[in-house]
Amino acid sequence: MADTATISKKVKFIITRQNDPESASYTEEFELDYRPGMNVISALMEIQRNPVNLKGEHIAPVCWESNCLEEVCGACSMVINGKPRQACAALIDNLEQPVRIEPMRTFPIVRDLVIDRSRMFNSLKRVKAWIPIDGTYDLGPGPRMAEKKRQWAYELSKCMTCGVCLEACPNVNDKTNFIGPAPISQVRLFNAHPTGEMNAEERLDALMEDGGIEGCGNSQNCVRACPKGIPLTTSIAEMNKATTKHMFKRWLGV
Amino acid sequence: MKGFYSRKLHSLLGVIPLGFFILEHMLTNFSAVEGGSQGFKDSVALLNSLPLVLVLEIFGIWLPILYHGVYGLYIAFQAKPNNSHFRNERNFRYLMQRVTGVIVFAFIIWHLYETRLQVALGNVTHEELGGVMHGIVMNPIFFTLYVISVVAASFHFANGLWSFLVSWGITVGPRAQRVSSHICLSLFVIVSVMFVWSLFAFRSIEFQTDGVAILQTVKTLI
Repeated sequence: MADTATISKKVKFIITRQNDPESASYTEEFELDYRPGMNVISALMEIQRNPVNLKGEHIAPVCWESNCLEEVCGACSMVINGKPRQACAALIDNLEQPVRIEPMRTFPIVRDLVIDRSRMFNSLKRVKAWIPIDGTYDLGPGPRMAEKKRQWAYELSKCMTCGVCLEACPNVNDKTNFIGPAPISQVRLFNAHPTGEMNAEERLDALMEDGGIEGCGNSQNCVRACPKGIPLTTSIAEMNKATTKHMFKRWLGV
Repeated sequence: MKGFYSRKLHSLLGVIPLGFFILEHMLTNFSAVEGGSQGFKDSVALLNSLPLVLVLEIFGIWLPILYHGVYGLYIAFQAKPNNSHFRNERNFRYLMQRVTGVIVFAFIIWHLYETRLQVALGNVTHEELGGVMHGIVMNPIFFTLYVISVVAASFHFANGLWSFLVSWGITVGPRAQRVSSHICLSLFVIVSVMFVWSLFAFRSIEFQTDGVAILQTVKTLI
């Protein structure tokens, strides 16, 4: 019964495609049968199974990346109807039609919707977003973290380096070398950790390098775009405070 | 200089001394509303009676404006606004901060040329500045440009103060940033009203008594 009710319903997609990193992009239109509960990823899977565009031509299937399908891995970031977001959480029922799907152009495009997010992982290396615990002997248990602190730090740890905040930021572009909101928030996370705190100054130094925290222009799109609801602007302001203090300490302390 | 320090200096100079300067300028102009031509002359005389006035001008106004303006243009043209996709108030203010910055940069060059440079060249005296302003604001096009520019300057100052508080880590959480937004935007309204009011005051006929000759000089200059 449900089938007869939905059989005539169609969903139209306009997908921005690109064959390789150098070639020009083009759009291609697709029309799929509506299925209840479908999302952008299931639509892309449908196109992969039957790669025929709206004109009826057989084409190379659209490439995209995805893993977890539950908005925790960060792999399926793309621009859907103008907004960067996770495709797996983009339900067709909640989207305006035709659904326009584009890659996040802030990152180098590999093919179609597949982007290269290496810069995000390089930024994490740059700000030393880890806790060094390796030694030649057992260092024993670290200091405990206060429960209240753990609660807000947990929110920051939800970052999945999806790159949505960088795409939303008007200051992350080819004219600047700004690292973007995500790694700044990670500095706050690792500096809040009782063991990570022991290397806090190294991370602050990294934020004060070129392309670091000074690149923020306070448009505050990041906090609105973040699919995990991470308080990115609070993190940035908190790190503004920490780097400012660190700057004066470096000047006056020697 | 590393980006961090040059950006921090840019942010600091915008408030100290330039933020204080714009408030001082607002009060001086407002004496034209309160005391008319004579009131304005007295305020200008008071400023010029300050010790080391040229040093104060160079280090308190000109050099900071030069640095803040040039570095600000660099920041403004690095932006890639995306306001059509992100229609939120903060993002709009982000764009306006850059747009008003460019407007004010051009305005300051023009305004300095008409007033301070003419004083320096000896074409007009400090006492005649009220008359110079009268000559400018009686031209409807220049008057409109002045109104736009002073409103832009007021916005750039007030919103810049808001982002200064964020950039120096003074307002950290969303509530603090919301409250400081209300305060700074109220400041924007107050400052722009006072500047525009002063511009209207300069249109008063009493400023013309400073002599038709000056008016002629001004007209040939602009």
